[in-house]
Amino acid sequence: MSKTMFEKIWQDHLVRDSQGDTAIIYIDLHLVHEVTSPQAFAALRENKRTVRCPEKTVATMDHNVSTRTKDITKVDANSRTQMDTLSNNCREFGVRLYDFADKDQGIVHVIGPEQGLTLPGLTIVCGDSHTATHGAFGSLAFGIGTSEVEHVLATQTLQQSQPKTMLINIDGQLSKAVTSKDIILYIIGLIGTAGGTGYVIEYAGSAVRALSMEARMTICNMSIEAGARAGMIAPDDTTFNYVKGRDFAPQGNDWEKAVAYWKTLPSDVGAKFDRVINIKAEDIKPMVTWGTSPGQVTSVDGVVPDPETLKDAVDRTAARNALAYMDLTPGTKISDIKIDKVFIGSCTNGRIEDLRAAAQIVSGKRVAPGVTAIVVPGSGRVRIQAEKEGLDKIFIDADFEWRFAGCSMCLGMNDDQLKKGERCASSSNRNFEGRQGPGGRTHLMSPEMAAVAALTGKITDIREFVN
Amino acid sequence: MEPFKTHTGLAVPLNRVNVDTDAIIPKQFLRKIEKTGFGKHLFHEWRYSDYEGTKENPDFILNQEPYRKATVLLAPDNFGCGSSREHAPWALGDFGFKLIIAPSFADIFYNNCVKNGILLAQLKSLEVDEIFAFVDKNKGATVAADLPAQTITAGGKSYSFQIDAFNKECLLKGLDGIGWTLQFEDKITSYESKINSQHPWLSRG
Repeated sequence: MSKTMFEKIWQDHLVRDSQGDTAIIYIDLHLVHEVTSPQAFAALRENKRTVRCPEKTVATMDHNVSTRTKDITKVDANSRTQMDTLSNNCREFGVRLYDFADKDQGIVHVIGPEQGLTLPGLTIVCGDSHTATHGAFGSLAFGIGTSEVEHVLATQTLQQSQPKTMLINIDGQLSKAVTSKDIILYIIGLIGTAGGTGYVIEYAGSAVRALSMEARMTICNMSIEAGARAGMIAPDDTTFNYVKGRDFAPQGNDWEKAVAYWKTLPSDVGAKFDRVINIKAEDIKPMVTWGTSPGQVTSVDGVVPDPETLKDAVDRTAARNALAYMDLTPGTKISDIKIDKVFIGSCTNGRIEDLRAAAQIVSGKRVAPGVTAIVVPGSGRVRIQAEKEGLDKIFIDADFEWRFAGCSMCLGMNDDQLKKGERCASSSNRNFEGRQGPGGRTHLMSPEMAAVAALTGKITDIREFVN
Repeated sequence: MEPFKTHTGLAVPLNRVNVDTDAIIPKQFLRKIEKTGFGKHLFHEWRYSDYEGTKENPDFILNQEPYRKATVLLAPDNFGCGSSREHAPWALGDFGFKLIIAPSFADIFYNNCVKNGILLAQLKSLEVDEIFAFVDKNKGATVAADLPAQTITAGGKSYSFQIDAFNKECLLKGLDGIGWTLQFEDKITSYESKINSQHPWLSRG
């Protein structure tokens, strides 16, 4: 019988199928960070339990770390307590840790793939909703809460009910200057922020096949913003070429065996999905959010919508609230919106290709007067690679700030925050109220568009800029 | 975890769609290593007019009587979306909420609530609208949940909701999920030895 990629991976990981209760699935890789793990380790200790597979558990510090200094004494006391707690927990339970000072430290969803920890066919979890990123390799990856972190630490498994499956085909050729960030923002605008609830989404089609691994990660990363438990893309030669030779990738005989297995993973012809959506790549334009939910999004050549024209009463109220918070007037051209800050980074768009693309745009130019722009590499390795390529100089010469790796202003847990009323062009993933700082206003877009906005001081259609 | 069987409590209507977990508990309060004490910061940005949380915003419903003592929360679609932070149910529970009623909930948030003994009752949109209308008209009215019967009662009317059988049992018994899974430890061990020989690249030792 034809199976979807999700069904194959699910069945290969069933420790025990549901017998009217719950299935138990095996977890191949558990990623851990400082904010959602302390209570889980504490509960293990309290219940005299241990970490079942320390070798399948990898920890890093990313949410709280300073991007200005590697001196831990300079961060606030509470963040430091969380980082020290993670260090102690990893030492006690024998878990590998890339701490704040490690050269390989970085955002958990950037370091997994770059070290070859993330592989096709795996089940991967982390106490972070953007874990779906790893699905770009054809793995089943999703975010979990702290109680589930504790469950995985203790048992290397999770209790799961089987989700539904959705196939999103994006066929055709993307227009010039349209990126994978625009694809996923377009999808969220189309199906809504709860459109994927209860589903695992598989992204397919010729436009997806043509994307690099890093671009695929951007799409899967924001599956959660459409409400989906996970996003996946079938592994192919692009995947295998990316994985090969990385630190933890299979080697020698194991490599051949692994590739042979990975080639069996893509969904079979005729496999049934619970929902199928077809999108023409040509219909997608550069996208920008105007509201306080990722589904409140339009193309850069659009205008701020009038809430009163929306059919649904709930959408109408939500749009009114959003425009009040964002201080925007219906009918304003998106490309007339002035910005104060620019953030290029995050697990969505903080990889080397993102930095290369942004650097190419700002090369030889200057950040507009009054705008503060920061570039935060996704990991220590991304930073080193960028410096090797001279990207740091390009950014610094253009008046961008060049920072150390971390989650930074995507969620503002450290001191990288918007002030009340400030407006940001951001390559991150959430435009929720207060997300980047209390009272801050976020417009999500591709890193290329954020770079252009830094130069012009307003949201700008990249297609006009590159012409 | 406290078992959940039935609950009757004062219901507060929170008429905002897509309430995300950043709104439920903002990031500046996640820098703790305990599970307790988050209730003070529940809905912080809406509830207080200053960053420190010393000045209440009188317009926010939880700062109005009789809602300060609410234990039932009513919301429109997609409650609990966004970040996976379990601090959100910790904050809701610490404030006193036992039951949340909405037409839809985000997946991770749903699981996190079950693990903390908070019942999420998913009703049809029109039914939730009816309960909204009822509590708007009858300020301070109570709403009741009966988990064994899978019903919500409001204004003399009863609504039934669906819940996964296992989640129901976990809530009813206040089950230790890890203890439950570990009764199948032999299956985990045999899975590991099978997969490590079939897929040797997975044993990262």
